[in-house]
Amino acid sequence: MSYETIRKLKKTILRVSYTAKDGHLGSSFSILDILFVLYDRVLNLTADTINDDSRDYMILSKGHASLAHAAILEEKGFINKNQLMSFCSHDSILGGHLDKNKVQGVEASTGSLGHGISISIGIALASKIKRQTNKVYVVVGDGECNEGTFWESMLLGAHHKLDNLYCIVDYNRSNDRALQLDPLQDKLRAFGWDVIVINGHSHDEIYNSLNYYSFGKPVAVIARTIKGKGIKEMEGNHAWHHKYPSKEELDRMIKELS
Amino acid sequence: MRSQFVKTVTRILERDNNAVLLLGDIGVYGFRDVLSSYPDRAFNIGILEQSTVGLSSGLSMCGLIPIVHTIAPFLVERALEQIKVDLCYQALGANLVTVGGSYDYAALGPTHHCPADISTLNEIPGIEIVVPGHPEEFDQLFNQNYDNGVTTYYRLSESSNNNAHKVEFGKNIILREGRDIVIIAVGTVLQAVLDAVAGLDVTVVYCTTVKPFDFSSIQEFLKKKIVVVEPYYSSPVITNIIRESNDPICDITSIGVPNSFIDKYGDKDEIDKIVGLNSESIREKIIKRIRDEK
Repeated sequence: MSYETIRKLKKTILRVSYTAKDGHLGSSFSILDILFVLYDRVLNLTADTINDDSRDYMILSKGHASLAHAAILEEKGFINKNQLMSFCSHDSILGGHLDKNKVQGVEASTGSLGHGISISIGIALASKIKRQTNKVYVVVGDGECNEGTFWESMLLGAHHKLDNLYCIVDYNRSNDRALQLDPLQDKLRAFGWDVIVINGHSHDEIYNSLNYYSFGKPVAVIARTIKGKGIKEMEGNHAWHHKYPSKEELDRMIKELS
Repeated sequence: MRSQFVKTVTRILERDNNAVLLLGDIGVYGFRDVLSSYPDRAFNIGILEQSTVGLSSGLSMCGLIPIVHTIAPFLVERALEQIKVDLCYQALGANLVTVGGSYDYAALGPTHHCPADISTLNEIPGIEIVVPGHPEEFDQLFNQNYDNGVTTYYRLSESSNNNAHKVEFGKNIILREGRDIVIIAVGTVLQAVLDAVAGLDVTVVYCTTVKPFDFSSIQEFLKKKIVVVEPYYSSPVITNIIRESNDPICDITSIGVPNSFIDKYGDKDEIDKIVGLNSESIREKIIKRIRDEK
């Protein structure tokens, strides 16, 4: 059932991207399963509880994957269909990077990489200071792991024993052309995090990893994903990092997902 | 001002459970009592300024009031994007308090100088910039403003004017009125300006909030010659006046730190002398302005 929803969301995302003539499809498809499981089964958060002090937080640190986030916010009733379809148009509330002060359900205005992870450290620390039980989930990209602030945040998360924090690395290998990150799990373990490596497209593996709790330690989930997952010509193809489909491509891709 | 900062923040942490202190491994000895009394709200967070500012925005999102402190260049210039995006673009409240001023650490060289702090931050929409001229003024301004939900930069300095004024956030004070030119003195440079204008018939406006600049206080003077005297690179005050004014302002100049790296060491007073911010140099420049000499 949930995989059917993923296929439906991918079709929606393709249509929005075609209409907007914009969007980062490769990244959106690599994190879609992760975001879906978060909003569907993990987060203590609904459109009605978005301002509750006790809610869980989800920060999309790799803000360019906004199409996936926006599609799920529409699926879960945070925004409506017209708002989604207006993506990137002049008066839309939805830009290529989502703005927390415009979009209900967006906790942080991300876009510049390496920011959302530090913000998440602050939210997790605030929850500890306030003696609350919020959980904080932050999705980062593997390319984003180049940023110094990512590693600074790894130090901070472990030092402050932020066991209410889950950092999900969308490990879609888009960074292989730049810097060597492997063995990432060893590096993160050495920084004092508990690390789980999963198939980032398996809903059960995503769910189980995000239910793991380690007393006094933040959890890093290295989610092995495929950039552009679900569309053959897009999978692992950097050409689709920031590219919208033509009418012909749209029709072909919709057919492939059907 | 540093010891006043410790006193002011200590009192705030005592009475406001939402206030959180984040030290960039600077001021740790001064704040030793606070760090031990409030281990859950006062942190020596470490030498990672970018993440500290990012983290502070997360605290602010959850209703806490961050007070971030380190040396000026490491906060302003290293963490500039975090100040812009994480705090100001997201419209969050935070207090950024630096020491070092332009060249308080004169002997340590340009890595520790930061005369660009005000002009750099001035370009970030929505930020507030406060330049107190006396420890008591910092106490007044910080208490008025620390919980106003806006990102505010406080520039502390080792130097101070002789006397504190009763200051209000966002308001200039007209200290004296004269027939010749109008001088706008910002923060700690006031003392040198007052010494410089002894016996001259000039107006002196004292400014401790650079942004938002109190335009209405100087509106009546716009037809006169104006000189802005600032203890950092020129001239965010002129920029802010021009942005507020509907009319052309033709006769305004600035005396500030020259836009070049300072290649001498020693102490602040010695640097003031070579950059022309001591009272003798300021007097000379003001007299030339009154006489329209180059």
